[in-house]
Amino acid sequence: MIELQHLVKRYGDKTAVDDLHFTVKPGVVTGFLGPNGAGKSTTMRMILGLDAPTSGSVTVNGKRYAQHAAPIQEVGALLEARSIHPGRSAHNHLLALALTHGIPRRRVDEVIELTGLGKVAKKRAGAFSLGMGQRLGIAAALLGDPQTIMLDEPVNGLDPEGVLWIRTLLTSLAAEGRTVFVSSHLMSEMALTATDLVIIGRGRLMADTTVAEFIEQAGGDSVKVVSSDAARLREALLGPDVTVTGEAGSETLAVSGLSARQIGQAAADAGIAVFELTPQAVSLEEAFMTLTGDTVEYRSNAGTASKNGAPEGSVAA
Amino acid sequence: MSATLTATPETTAAPAPKPTYKVTFGRVLRSEGSKFLSLRSSWITLAVGLFFLAFVGIMVAYRYNPADLHGPAADSRDAIDISLKGVELSQLALGVLGVLATAGEYTTGLIRSTFAAVPKRLPVLWTKCLVLFGAAIVVATAGAFISFVGGENFLHGKAIALTLSSSGVLRCLFGAGLYLALVTVFGAALGMLVRSVAGGIALLVGIMMLLPVFLDMLPSSWKTDVAPYLPGTAGQSIYSLHTAPGALSSGTGLWVFVAWVAAALIGAAYRVVRSDS
Ligand SMILES: Nc1ncnc2c1ncn2[C@@H]1O[C@H](COP(=O)(O)OP(=O)(O)O)[C@@H](O)[C@H]1O
Ligand SMILES: [Mg+2]
Repeated sequence: MIELQHLVKRYGDKTAVDDLHFTVKPGVVTGFLGPNGAGKSTTMRMILGLDAPTSGSVTVNGKRYAQHAAPIQEVGALLEARSIHPGRSAHNHLLALALTHGIPRRRVDEVIELTGLGKVAKKRAGAFSLGMGQRLGIAAALLGDPQTIMLDEPVNGLDPEGVLWIRTLLTSLAAEGRTVFVSSHLMSEMALTATDLVIIGRGRLMADTTVAEFIEQAGGDSVKVVSSDAARLREALLGPDVTVTGEAGSETLAVSGLSARQIGQAAADAGIAVFELTPQAVSLEEAFMTLTGDTVEYRSNAGTASKNGAPEGSVAA
Repeated sequence: MSATLTATPETTAAPAPKPTYKVTFGRVLRSEGSKFLSLRSSWITLAVGLFFLAFVGIMVAYRYNPADLHGPAADSRDAIDISLKGVELSQLALGVLGVLATAGEYTTGLIRSTFAAVPKRLPVLWTKCLVLFGAAIVVATAGAFISFVGGENFLHGKAIALTLSSSGVLRCLFGAGLYLALVTVFGAALGMLVRSVAGGIALLVGIMMLLPVFLDMLPSSWKTDVAPYLPGTAGQSIYSLHTAPGALSSGTGLWVFVAWVAAALIGAAYRVVRSDS
């Protein structure tokens, strides 16, 4: 559980975080979404007490972070910037953190295995790829077996396999009843992993909602389906709360109210060949941009991204 | 430092489902010790510090010739003076070791991991200083003894020769070790203060070696009043056999140098607690 109370952070006359007030609940993955420069990383640093709030306060599991006797057992965090000495091995990095809390060495080996760093654990961390660096950061976050896990843009720099690994990890941690708080600047990424959703823009709270609710408000979730027998597939899919649109004679359908998985299953059951099955994240990304549109710091980039309809157009990259 | 951070017994009663971990001062000390030992740069700078101290002293003793008016030891008054000629170079290596241990964490970003694990922060500064002091005093004292004993043969029979049992010799050798260990801590404090390896080294060199040069530009009356209290000169009196004219006694020199280190540590502690990382 993370509770922010009217949190404000100013750097000089720049307000990075502006009166954020929300609660992150245990048991679900909460996505923390906002364009670059929105204040996500600053908020996370304040949660860990690394940056002091200008005003307001934040507690984790009922106490200020620094008040916990074993802070990394309460909150495990992966920060945006690498927080590793390049000259030290992954194993020694984790061991040094473990020693501060009296965490046994066996746990260090455990998290190394868990994050797939076994082969490189004795190598200098400076030689790590971006992806391995992220894995090491996640290993450090899991070290104390914490009740709350907070990751700042964890999929950055990961290969597709790594991205999938993170998604599975996050959902399983939440399923164990932990609080999982993950930031991203990509709506499409959050739509895949998160249940709850906190959206900020220019340091201000834009929405404190759930992914489902957000999708609904954005005009529903649709899946593009291409099939040789579109007409028969349409019949197979129709039901309450399901809408299927598509031009007569066209092989392409837009389906809302069903997940790609459900559609694929229905098509298989009916023995219909499907050539393409694409969840349409574009609308979500656009809804997110509309919501934060006037708060994006570098407008030109956001404009190009939406004009091209790029599904993962990096907002204000 | 808060009282909750003093060492507690390792044992925990009741088979709790979740292990009860706790940050203690002793554990932070172990962590910092492990960090120090697991970096190659620690070993290299320690070795360089030891090498300068021992090698320079022995070389100068080897080349010493009382008739020589220009050699490296031409102005040496006694065997201690000769065997501790390497202190000036050695202090740079050890000061840099201190800067690296603190500023290096800021430059690499590691400090955020460190402070996430120890959010009270000050125990990190104190334990870093303890670890550095401990490592440096062992190496530097050993270096001073190696230099003195190694040079003894070459100086044997000459007017300035001394032995370990000569009055004041042990005080000077241990004094040199203590001085160099304090310089290491000084470097650590400066590194924590400026949070940049380059900046910390520049400040260290500036204070230890350039301040006396700068003083040369001031009116000479100031110079005689101020010079003995500069960290480098005060430090020198700690390991000099004879108090030079106008210099501080070894005891006063030690306290003056300790005051410099303490001032830097107070500044570092204030900055560590007060500012964002
Ligand atoms: N240490 C700092 N000093 C000054 N400005 C900062 C600092 N950290 C962040 N900012 C500014 O605060 C804003 C929010 O940054 P950040 O929290 O990194 O956003 P995000 O993680 O959402 O991309 C940005 O405009 C950034 O430039
Ligand atoms: Mg960020």
